[in-house]
Amino acid sequence: MTHVQDPVGSLSRQIKCVIWDLDNTLWQGILLEGDDVRPFPHIPKLLRELDERGILHSIASKNEREPALERLRSLGLEEYFLVPQIGWQPKSQSISRIAEALNLGVESLAFVDDQAFERDEVTFSVPQVACYAAEDSAALAELPEFMPRFVTDDSARRRSMYQADLARQAVEADFEGPKDAFLASLGMRMTISPATEDDLQRVEELTVRTNQLNATGYTYSYETLRGFIRGGDHQLLVVELEDRYGSYGKVGIALIDVRDGRRWLLKLLLMSCRVASRGVGNVLLGHIANQARDRGVARLCAEFIKTDRNHLMYVTYRLAGFREAGQAGEAQLLEMPLDRRLDMPGYVEVVASGLSSSAGSQEVCHG
Amino acid sequence: MMANADRVRHVLSKLTRTEGLANDDDIFGRGFLNSLNAVQLISLIESEFGVRVEDADLDITNFRSVVAIAGFVAQKTGAEERTS
Repeated sequence: MTHVQDPVGSLSRQIKCVIWDLDNTLWQGILLEGDDVRPFPHIPKLLRELDERGILHSIASKNEREPALERLRSLGLEEYFLVPQIGWQPKSQSISRIAEALNLGVESLAFVDDQAFERDEVTFSVPQVACYAAEDSAALAELPEFMPRFVTDDSARRRSMYQADLARQAVEADFEGPKDAFLASLGMRMTISPATEDDLQRVEELTVRTNQLNATGYTYSYETLRGFIRGGDHQLLVVELEDRYGSYGKVGIALIDVRDGRRWLLKLLLMSCRVASRGVGNVLLGHIANQARDRGVARLCAEFIKTDRNHLMYVTYRLAGFREAGQAGEAQLLEMPLDRRLDMPGYVEVVASGLSSSAGSQEVCHG
Repeated sequence: MMANADRVRHVLSKLTRTEGLANDDDIFGRGFLNSLNAVQLISLIESEFGVRVEDADLDITNFRSVVAIAGFVAQKTGAEERTS
């Protein structure tokens, strides 16, 4: 299982969200004409199956909003749909709103409708969206664009993580007060632990999905990663974040070359873009620096390879206190002085389990 | 310099939603800024003060507090005046 990272754009299309019409697409009949509408027989299973693969669902329907939602509720299907757009606006507009609310590129959206007119309107205004006729919907799950390269624990939780994100966004938009008070109100808890074999698929997935917050762009095969966690030369750390709205899932990884007990080298640091506004990158770097210092490591270095998308990560490193320290092959070398323990911000609780170094240090927990 | 500090405080208030930053408050340590809005901060400083922040300038000591940013801007504008 070896994956080579394709350049962005040459990746074959992967659908991240399916946007459904309702009348004669999701259910049989027309709600406003008084039909006792029922979902087509294949629909409930299809919704569930795509949901478990981490593909989201939404709605673009010309209908009265409340009766339509009420019907979905009584059919037990409402929970599947994020930010449903039910009203009389053009469907292209509904689709653009969904893309914005979920922070998804329109090229990752699919639209299913029984009316050719509606599909044409969407194709005309948002040509990147993949459109499917309702009569073809039974076969969607078999199409390659609906088969993600990775299906992990986080895939199955993706919908609930988006729901939690939407709840947070609503609270953040209404929050009157300084940013640090908002962050504190989230009650964030960040768990940093050594990767286990169960984590490796998610680690691979993160290296492939993350562009903006990836320090080197290195990708590693499953076998290489397994070698790292079995051998003593590297530390592979996985970061999970949760707050009072729920879990963000596994959102970050760090790979540290610890062969030289005096000098640790960060080979890879990446964070999911969903948590970029949470200050998590700084906290992780600060934690690693403090761990290094506690173990008598004299120098903490990091490799950075500039791409056209990862300037954010460079800024993160530099403003966390890393300085430029020459070149190492194609990578730029950054170094953080370890002259003092770093204060960790009060708005996030860090729970760290056993950064069990090859130097044989004890397990350390920080509250 | 003090006039600059007030302008810096104003720029920061756009990102942190707080008017009351003291000159020496550690804006990163208190969680006001993170990788995402640090990038916004840098472009705001560039547009507000007409300076260019190079990679080499991205030292935390230049951006840690209101006073640090004001000093950085003063040094940049001074340097740019001398070279032009």
